[in-house]
Amino acid sequence: MLRVENVSTGYDNIRVLHQISLTVGEGEIVTLIGSNGVGKTTTLKTISGLLKPTEGKIYFNNRDISQLPPHEIVELGISHVPEGRNVFPRLTVKENLEMGAYTRKDKVEIKKDYARIMELFPQLAQRQKQVAGTLSGGEQQMLAIGRALMSRPRLLLLDEPSMGLAPLVVTSIFEIIKDINRQGTPILLVEQNAQIALRTAHRGYVMETGRIVMSDSARALLQNDRVRKTYLGE
Amino acid sequence: MISPYYLQLIILVGINTIMALSLNLIIGYTGQLSIGHAAFMSLGAYCSALLTLHFNLPFIVSLLGGALFAAFFGILIGIPTLKLKGDYLAIATLGFGEIVRIVCLNLEITGGAVGLRGIPKKTTLLWVVLAVLITAFILNRIIKSRIGRALIAIREDETAADAMGINSTYYKILCFGVGAFFAGLGGGLFAHYMRFLHPKSFDFMKSIEQLCMVVLGGLGNMWGSFVGATILTVVPEMLRSVADLRLLIYGAVLILMMRVRPQGILGESPANGGFKNNSYSQWIQTRLKKSLRKRSGSDKT
Repeated sequence: MLRVENVSTGYDNIRVLHQISLTVGEGEIVTLIGSNGVGKTTTLKTISGLLKPTEGKIYFNNRDISQLPPHEIVELGISHVPEGRNVFPRLTVKENLEMGAYTRKDKVEIKKDYARIMELFPQLAQRQKQVAGTLSGGEQQMLAIGRALMSRPRLLLLDEPSMGLAPLVVTSIFEIIKDINRQGTPILLVEQNAQIALRTAHRGYVMETGRIVMSDSARALLQNDRVRKTYLGE
Repeated sequence: MISPYYLQLIILVGINTIMALSLNLIIGYTGQLSIGHAAFMSLGAYCSALLTLHFNLPFIVSLLGGALFAAFFGILIGIPTLKLKGDYLAIATLGFGEIVRIVCLNLEITGGAVGLRGIPKKTTLLWVVLAVLITAFILNRIIKSRIGRALIAIREDETAADAMGINSTYYKILCFGVGAFFAGLGGGLFAHYMRFLHPKSFDFMKSIEQLCMVVLGGLGNMWGSFVGATILTVVPEMLRSVADLRLLIYGAVLILMMRVRPQGILGESPANGGFKNNSYSQWIQTRLKKSLRKRSGSDKT
């Protein structure tokens, strides 16, 4: 459903992505792994329209979205959870979630989705009136994911959901990511924590200095010697 | 009935309230630090005055003409400065304010340094009261609507707002346009009350004064803008008897105020589009404190 074809992106004159190609199919979790600064976040930003590709095309359900502004891409159903969580710090949990449904007008359905997210994240349900800036890191990550779900995405882009979180919290976040996927939302997951990312995903791509150097099923990548040495520290 | 002195004071309070309300939309709700608000006021003032003088249009038409003229420039300034944030936006709007002032000072049609004279007195208490009510009503409706939520989201975190599907470019231009429109309306009322316009009335200090009204009353609080405008219009008048000390006391009041209650007299409104917290002002407060601490820290080293 998402097809990225030979996309290059840069900031000013510096090229960051060199002809990236990748796909995400229905019902899949696809992960993009790689070390710091190889262009993983840039890839997600290019898909969600925050950056414009300098060449190449991005198709979503066979529609060319490579030159659309971000708000139109959200309306088409791609929801981006930015790195570093980016919750609205001075709004409450409830208000943050309501912001997520900004592009929607179906009030009854929004209420249902709100209830569903409260079920998915019981920790947030206890803190609906709390200001988001005072939540713990894990709770903020949950809130950011929940907020993205409020737009009823047809594709979820997750940027480093494990960043800065305690290992136990990371495990529970990834359990929830699997749950979301089981309920039918395809996910493109960017992670530095290759171990947990490959265990969660169906397929994976490995990025090095702005290029995709490997792609395979997640299981195969976990067994791959080079991946094991470079990213899994074995 | 009311003595002319008090009448004038009430009318000025009204005009300043319109200025503070419209600036509050830009700074308090959308979080865009603009310090050239007096420029929009002067655009509205000159335009409406010239419409009255040269075309003898009905008052309401001149007023709306001035307001639309200011809104046009609000949108115009909004477009190139959209990518600027915080201090940089402040500098750009300051520059815009100076450009407008200097252009008014040098054009023939605005009367140049002599000023624009002979504007008929059309502003009455009724007009001002109506204008304040309409401004407050419309801005309140905007803030409590979807648009208001988008503006607050932009204030909170622009990247996240974009990711929510909010077209932040559009809303920022809209916010500048609407803010400038009402500033132009205030300017038109001012012109037809004072009957005389001079670029000096709309200098940088005027913009700062309007900023003070918004901050004093409370950022993101409609009633706050009214309170701030009232205090900062009435207090300088009361201090007129101690003319020499006037600015000194005025300054001391402001410093004391920022020290004791930096979130403004009323703080953030509990009714701003359902966002029931006062944390925006708290955030500003911590940022101010931090920067002060940083400065005093670097002094020691």
